[in-house]
Amino acid sequence: MKRGRSRNGLVLGIAVLAVCLAAGTAAAAQQKKEKTAGKPHAEPAPEKLFAVPKPPFTPGIFPCSDCHKEMKPNPTRRELKDEHTGIVLNHAQGQRWCLDCHDVSNRDKLRLVNGERIGHEESYRLCGQCHGDKYRDWRAGIHGKRTGMWNGEKQYLLCVHCHNPHDPQFKPIPPMPPPTRPEDTK
Amino acid sequence: MPNQESRDNAAFRMSRRKMMKGVGAVLGALALPEKDASASVWEEFFQKHFREMSKPELEKVLARLEKEYAKTYGKAVKVRATPHIEGVSYGYGLDLSRCIGCRRCVYACVQENNQSRDPQIHYIRVLQLDKERGVDLEHAEHYYNPSKVPEKGHFYMPVQCHQCELPPCTKVCPVQATWKERDGIVVVDYNWCIGCRYCMAACPYGARHFNWKKPGLPAAEMNPETHYLGNRPRPVGVVEKCTFCIQRVRNTPGRYTACVEVCPVGARKFGNLLDPESEIRYIIENKRVFILKEDLNTQPKFYYFYAT
Repeated sequence: MKRGRSRNGLVLGIAVLAVCLAAGTAAAAQQKKEKTAGKPHAEPAPEKLFAVPKPPFTPGIFPCSDCHKEMKPNPTRRELKDEHTGIVLNHAQGQRWCLDCHDVSNRDKLRLVNGERIGHEESYRLCGQCHGDKYRDWRAGIHGKRTGMWNGEKQYLLCVHCHNPHDPQFKPIPPMPPPTRPEDTK
Repeated sequence: MPNQESRDNAAFRMSRRKMMKGVGAVLGALALPEKDASASVWEEFFQKHFREMSKPELEKVLARLEKEYAKTYGKAVKVRATPHIEGVSYGYGLDLSRCIGCRRCVYACVQENNQSRDPQIHYIRVLQLDKERGVDLEHAEHYYNPSKVPEKGHFYMPVQCHQCELPPCTKVCPVQATWKERDGIVVVDYNWCIGCRYCMAACPYGARHFNWKKPGLPAAEMNPETHYLGNRPRPVGVVEKCTFCIQRVRNTPGRYTACVEVCPVGARKFGNLLDPESEIRYIIENKRVFILKEDLNTQPKFYYFYAT
């Protein structure tokens, strides 16, 4: 009887040990899995802010509140007749107008679709709402011009440094002169 | 009375051997640089191959070149011989879906790398190709000159040195004046090059250029930050090529190449192939990439890609 109980105890002990061991290995494996799960190119969190040069405002236009703070906001979609007539929207113009990107209550801010207000220096987040693939490439340093150090600090540019936000497509530019033909070499 | 034989022995006998020696000595003396015979001419003549020089020898050579260039161009010129960075192999990406063929890169390169303005040497050749034909080099045009680029129905493909992993150009050099460095850059020692131009014939990308005349480099436009294996002023009669701006990229931190910096559409990408976090690795892993003339097995480190 005594012997049987001790044997039972032994079996129980072994069982407990085995369960503990198994759990331990499983936990370790789980941990390892989590560690290696990171992709070789882990994307930076969208919230990560990029240091960029100052946004290229038209001289004298910013802060917008200089003029707008005295004005009552008019949220009706319309063609602007008195001011900003130089801005011709050529950027999905059928689907949006000024206040889809510019915040109605704080004129110095931009507005994301979720209602968050952001400064112009973060405007890449606004563009990235629609152009997710470009935003992803831009963050990885592929889309857009990158200057600075290849193995050091890199200089990012805002989307609007190259693309006019109201008319973003690149315009053709004059090429530099072609090379001299061999027969024209003196 | 001495016989004929002994008289002949005593007299001056002009043998063929003596004659040749004399002619050689006279010609040699005539070939000596007379007017501008300075110590530097001799030092240059007896300069060793770049890779065989000891550190003090190299420093002496660099100092001599700096002095020479300073005299020629009237300003302080720095000639460095910065070695490769361990664990770095340079790779280049060019986005064919972005390039508009504006040739800004061509001229930024000329400025940075002190190429001859007249006669003209360009390291980068921008090819205009038909969208319908794709990459068909038979129908490439690089003298295109419309008022505005890009032109409808065309795309543009800049070609420069591809810094091959198996460079055919270095194999054919009879004097080993050109070789691939540890970081993958194919370089030329202008003081060792004999100007035979075999490498130009061997290069399938037309990336090597010969100085048929003394390079026309205006002193005001001369870039004084130079590298021995890169953009230092070249003498007449040597071959030169793109070195991924070796004078810029071999520093820590090192600047991007001049062509990357100037590209107005951001089509040019540059980085370390051995760094998994680099831009070039992202391109190779995530984009459609091709190399030019893959069938030749030159294994270029210049990757064309389509970002969209």
